[in-house]
Amino acid sequence: MQTKPRWLTVLDIITISLLIAATGMVFFYAPTEAVMGQVQKVFYFHVAAGWVGMLAFLVAAISGVVYLVKGNRKWDIVGLSAIEIGIVFAFINIVTGSIWARPIWNTWWTWDPRLTTATVMELIYAAYLMLRQGIEDPDRRARFGAVYAIIGFLSVPLTFFSARLFRTIHPVVIGANEAGAQGQFDMTPLMLQTFMFSLFTFSIIFADLLWHRIRVGQLAEKVEQLRLKMVD
Amino acid sequence: MFFLQDAPANTLNYMIAGYIVIFGVMLLYWISLSVRRRNLKQDLEILEDLEKKS
Repeated sequence: MQTKPRWLTVLDIITISLLIAATGMVFFYAPTEAVMGQVQKVFYFHVAAGWVGMLAFLVAAISGVVYLVKGNRKWDIVGLSAIEIGIVFAFINIVTGSIWARPIWNTWWTWDPRLTTATVMELIYAAYLMLRQGIEDPDRRARFGAVYAIIGFLSVPLTFFSARLFRTIHPVVIGANEAGAQGQFDMTPLMLQTFMFSLFTFSIIFADLLWHRIRVGQLAEKVEQLRLKMVD
Repeated sequence: MFFLQDAPANTLNYMIAGYIVIFGVMLLYWISLSVRRRNLKQDLEILEDLEKKS
């Protein structure tokens, strides 16, 4: 039976402390935006959730490559875990974006290139989970998962750069001053500090959740192996 | 419309809704991980018992 590693408990405590601190910064440190008002405070965790989604899909693609090279199924567990977490955070990103859009764009949803590519990305990875379940042989399933994670990752840079490549109403946050950036998003120093801290906090949340999810995956693998052994 | 206003728009309800989604979804995922882990542990115990008996 697995016992919880001490370092995971330490990481849990750090994660919760950082989340409390980041929430405090959003509500009590960052100023209220002059035009949009309170809803702009969604921005800090909206972007951070999108960042975690993309980071998770990158981790899954890298795990896919490593699995194909080494053939060790632990990399399949890492890839699956990262994709599941990525789906959760990309979902938060899309829904909070929609909530933010309602008072600012006067609509819950518009088929803008950034919103569309983000939704397509989410659906691609949701399909990954569904398709995986249809494959019984663990090695075949892992090979399929690895290839899918690598090909599916193409949707991530497409989503990230869509606000630069296409005409869109979605503002560009990272690299807003680059040529080709369609929107503008000027932050005060306090806003920028809160934003960077939120990104850091969500990265740690991702690491913590990934560790937990990998442990669940390892347990599921043990159960599956025992079941297969008993059937044979 | 926003360009003519003196004070920030009153968008508090949307902010609250946004944060309910953020913390709600994260909490649900955390609970889902805990429940799955607990169920898998129970499955493992049952399977190990069966293996010992057979």
